[in-house]
Amino acid sequence: MPVNIIVCVKQILDPEIPSRDFRVDAEQREAVRGAANLVTNIFCENALETALQLKEKSGGKITVISYGADSTEDALRKALAMKADAAIHILNDGQAHPDPLSVAQVLAAAIRKLGEFDVVMLGRESGDWGVGQTAGLLAEELGVAAVAFVDKVEIGADGLQLKRQTDVGYERVAATMPLVISITNDEHNVPRIPKTRDVMMSFRQPLTKWTLEDLGVNAAEVRAGNHYYAVVDLFIPVQELNCEFVDGDTLEARVEKFAQRIIEVTGSM
Amino acid sequence: MNDVIISLFASAGYDRAAQGVAGAGRRLAADCGAQLHAVIIGAPDAAMKAAVAAVADAVTIADIGDYQTEICLSALTQICKTLAPQAVLLSNDFYSQELAPRLAHRLGGSAVADGLALNLVEGKVRVNRSVYGGKAMATIELQRSPAVVWLRARAFDPAPLRPEATTAIQPATLDLPTRVSTTIIERKVEAGDEARLEDAKVIVSGGRGLGSPEPFNELQKLANILGAQMAASRAACDAGWVPPSWQVGQTGKKVAPGLYLAVAIHGASQHLAGISDAKNIAAINIDKDAPIFKQCRFGIVEDYRKVVPLLIARLNALKK
Ligand SMILES: Cc1cc2nc3c(=O)[nH]c(=O)nc-3n(C[C@H](O)[C@H](O)[C@H](O)COP(=O)(O)OP(=O)(O)OC[C@H]3O[C@@H](n4cnc5c(N)ncnc54)[C@H](O)[C@@H]3O)c2cc1C
Repeated sequence: MPVNIIVCVKQILDPEIPSRDFRVDAEQREAVRGAANLVTNIFCENALETALQLKEKSGGKITVISYGADSTEDALRKALAMKADAAIHILNDGQAHPDPLSVAQVLAAAIRKLGEFDVVMLGRESGDWGVGQTAGLLAEELGVAAVAFVDKVEIGADGLQLKRQTDVGYERVAATMPLVISITNDEHNVPRIPKTRDVMMSFRQPLTKWTLEDLGVNAAEVRAGNHYYAVVDLFIPVQELNCEFVDGDTLEARVEKFAQRIIEVTGSM
Repeated sequence: MNDVIISLFASAGYDRAAQGVAGAGRRLAADCGAQLHAVIIGAPDAAMKAAVAAVADAVTIADIGDYQTEICLSALTQICKTLAPQAVLLSNDFYSQELAPRLAHRLGGSAVADGLALNLVEGKVRVNRSVYGGKAMATIELQRSPAVVWLRARAFDPAPLRPEATTAIQPATLDLPTRVSTTIIERKVEAGDEARLEDAKVIVSGGRGLGSPEPFNELQKLANILGAQMAASRAACDAGWVPPSWQVGQTGKKVAPGLYLAVAIHGASQHLAGISDAKNIAAINIDKDAPIFKQCRFGIVEDYRKVVPLLIARLNALKK
């Protein structure tokens, strides 16, 4: 059974930049980009990878949607290079980090404009603001059920068979479509690296561009992006300890000290 | 003033996380002159009932059987709509995280994730949370009511006991959906019969620097001597060396042991975000500049392959 899949992706500041290079603009309540790259949020790539694997088995179509600034086109080109079928860029010309309800409303409007869908996949959270709500709010906006923390999606006779992570292990979930799922990482959805040829090709593929006005959302409210919540402060906490590096002339002597320190701190527990 | 609701799962009992949620709820309720109303989902045992009744002003029990997302969401929504709370606090377990944004949406409120501190400022709830993978802290002001917040629960002090309280315990009257489009058909526990990682006193954790799954067997020996539980970085989990439930960090378990021993873990901010409540962190790493050392009380700069066997031998001797 071919599945009509939508994957929502977000471009973010490279989350792997070391802490010592990370700065914030407290006034703007924004991270300072500096020399850091913009990348696709890893969980969004896990979601796209999961979608690609599903499509390989079931057939169907993958449409990737992103709401973001001009640079977001790079994330969408990469998704096309990974072999998504179509890409839609909704231009964010408002607040750079809109609240999650604004984002969900934009994505829902875009999905409605697209028409039919079977399943929407999103990353469980993003590596910048780590909001962790877009999938849940989108499900409510669309009026469909949702399953969170999924790491495997298979097609069954009468719907989807999902595996999802829990605090103590995992669960299997049987679900009928339409459905929204949030994807988490596991060893099977590590995103594929696109082939050079596909990267080149992706630049020649069409990319649909929509503005907020095209979607019929409350554009002013969405641009302000703070009717759900507002960020009132952003700062870097300072906390560094002075690590005692165990010393000694021989490895044995150092390990001895290390062992003793372990006994000291665990002894009183 | 309208109630502050705390939402607890019977299956977890009145564990440290539930105690933290109750503590946060009691303080917020005091700040806004409100009652603390506990909602227990599932069938609590007598001990949990008594423990929750001793800290809350009212208790509602929603005995809806094993967790099913859509049914639980419907139940919580109905209870909250009846009580019209100004805040709903949950723990940071997976179920609560799954429910909270959708619950907020259904109630016309605002949700926020992984709260580390709660304050009431001019009638609005403000939540401190860690962002940018633990590199920064943000204060978020919730614009709509109720405020639905899932908390880094174990980071909050427990609620004070009210021994003389005579708290009413009521069953919820619910009208639940009979047809839902998602059903949990299998539940698998991988954690074994040990205590939960979140409650472990000592944790031995391995990273990608171990190079393969086998060294985790060595770390297990170390853990056995220390009575420790095992954990891992995301990179080690993603490699398939250990189950995802071992992952510690921003998107894994948030742990608070007396000692966290990190072996061949670099200390990316997203990993550190899961161990900020550890009392002592120690590391074995070949790279003296690895950021993990910046959070360590003590450390050893060396190849773990040389350190671990010697350490096992020394700890065995010292423990005798
Ligand atoms: C959105 C997002 C969420 C994330 N969430 C998490 C999370 O929850 N938890 C998490 O852990 N990560 C998380 N990460 C990933 C995180 O950024 C790092 O990539 C990851 O923690 C790296 O794991 P590691 O330290 O094991 O591996 P590496 O970074 O590869 O580090 C390996 C370390 O081993 C040391 N080493 C190598 N060989 C030896 C040896 N022989 N002896 C001793 N030491 C040795 C190296 O010096 C190095 O420090 C997240 C990332 C993103 C973007």
